[in-house]
Amino acid sequence: MKTLALKPTLTPSLTLPNGRLWTIGVPYLWLLLFFALPFLIVLKISLSSMAIAIPPYEALFSFTDEVMEISLNLGNFLLLLDDSLYVSAYLNSLQVAFFSTLGCLLIGYPMAYAMARSTPRQQTILLLLIMLPSWTSFLIRVYAWMGLLSDTGLINNFLLWLGLIDSPLRMMNTNFAVYIGIIYGYLPFMVLPLYANLVKLDPSLLEAASDLGSRSLHTFWTVTLPLSKGGIIAGSMLVFIPTVGEFVIPELLGGPNSLMIGKILWQEFFNNRDWPVASALAIVMLLLLIIPIALFHRYQSRQMEAES
Amino acid sequence: MRKLSSRGLRLSFSKVMLWAGLAFLYVPMLILVIYSFNASKLVTVWGGWSAKWYGALLENEQILDAVSTSLKIAFFSASMSLILGTMAAFVMARFRHSWGKMTLSNMISAPLVMPDVIIGLSLLLLFVHMADTIGWPTDRGMTTVWIAHSTFCSAYVAVVVSSRLREMDRSIEEAALDLGATPLQSFFLVTVPVIAPSLIAGWLLAFSLSLDDLVIASFTSGPGATTLPMVVFSSVRLGVSPQINALATLIILAVSTTALLAWYLARRSEKRQKLQMQEA
Repeated sequence: MKTLALKPTLTPSLTLPNGRLWTIGVPYLWLLLFFALPFLIVLKISLSSMAIAIPPYEALFSFTDEVMEISLNLGNFLLLLDDSLYVSAYLNSLQVAFFSTLGCLLIGYPMAYAMARSTPRQQTILLLLIMLPSWTSFLIRVYAWMGLLSDTGLINNFLLWLGLIDSPLRMMNTNFAVYIGIIYGYLPFMVLPLYANLVKLDPSLLEAASDLGSRSLHTFWTVTLPLSKGGIIAGSMLVFIPTVGEFVIPELLGGPNSLMIGKILWQEFFNNRDWPVASALAIVMLLLLIIPIALFHRYQSRQMEAES
Repeated sequence: MRKLSSRGLRLSFSKVMLWAGLAFLYVPMLILVIYSFNASKLVTVWGGWSAKWYGALLENEQILDAVSTSLKIAFFSASMSLILGTMAAFVMARFRHSWGKMTLSNMISAPLVMPDVIIGLSLLLLFVHMADTIGWPTDRGMTTVWIAHSTFCSAYVAVVVSSRLREMDRSIEEAALDLGATPLQSFFLVTVPVIAPSLIAGWLLAFSLSLDDLVIASFTSGPGATTLPMVVFSSVRLGVSPQINALATLIILAVSTTALLAWYLARRSEKRQKLQMQEA
């Protein structure tokens, strides 16, 4: 229906109307079916009753009684509000995501700045060096820190050997380990858009500022930083949004007590087999992320407009 | 004087941060690689060089099975997402502004940032629902993981390919059409050769993303299909082990080789294009 309605707006400039319809129709239908429709189903399940859902597979097959559905419908969401576990998991996730995004920005900005100031030849190599880790298995990069941070791990052994500490520092299974893991895992996603933005910055603007007597630090704050706003937003959203729902890092580095919403969702789904509560958790997470996602999209489409 | 010195200071600060940041990114992986050759069974004690964990890896059938499952899924997901992503990229780069184009580009770029747990959960619920209403898929396994991976990987392909499509010189496409080529001919004979490096890069990126995914595969897979990250995860949960160190080293090696290849191909074609431009 939706793709058919598009037909009048398509004009045959490059491809035959028929070909154009196929080109837009195939990915459109695929995404509609496998990306958009699933969200509606999550919403539906989140409004279903917990009681039916305790045996995991029958849960969805007994949706006949509408009265029951409606009467229990907000129960899962009320539970999320009621139980301090969920509320604190959401708050903690947002906090962890916020501070790790800030950490990535503080480390990543100078890196991207230095990259953008290198010679073109150096830039291609540096770009490869930044991209390579983001292609390497995420799981394995998190795993690498398990060996470093544990009580008998390399960092503790090294500090003990130096005599700086008498007993091993407890780093694994703490929030500190989660921060390290997230900053480590997501740093390339911060650096890449920042670099893409800074490299396009017109050097003549900086020269003009300095010719007009602006000191470099002042130039940085008043010219460079405001002009790189787009890159800062894109990088921050690329780190912040997935981090809020992060599962692997809190699971492996944060230990049993780490409260992150992605981990709670996983536990509700796989351990408690409570599909409606897991769905409600996902819906609330999506609602929290709507503004950051919209910000990211706005930047993304603006970037595309600028390119073409 | 003051201007010069403060400028030098700032430059060196960002340079120092760049090198420190790169060290931060690479040292942990380097240590992992070194420790995979550790003869000692105790992962934190160095017991001399040995490659025995690699040998043990080759005898581990569970891991070998998972590797072949993962490679198959990654191959087919990368291929499907190349088709879907390229079509979407073509719409985003060449079609006029319309409501359909706007919703498509919103849908295709959403998986770039969407948390994995949400994508995984929503697709699993869809599959369960579909099985209930239309009787397919009867059980979850490689096919359902393939669908899930094709969906989220096509977002990355679309980004890579559409930026190349925008950069490319459109006059040659128009020339082909003026000379009587059908749009399909013009696409396959003119556009594809020009954007080929980005198609390869997009395919490789999708391949490595699919190979690496744990969360979405865990939700959408069934008992029949266990992917490599799922095996690694269940063993890593129990702690660090020398065999996993060896496996991790092999994965790092494979991924770096693939990435270097993609980078080299993209660079070579870029150079060639620059040369052609200069000649012209």
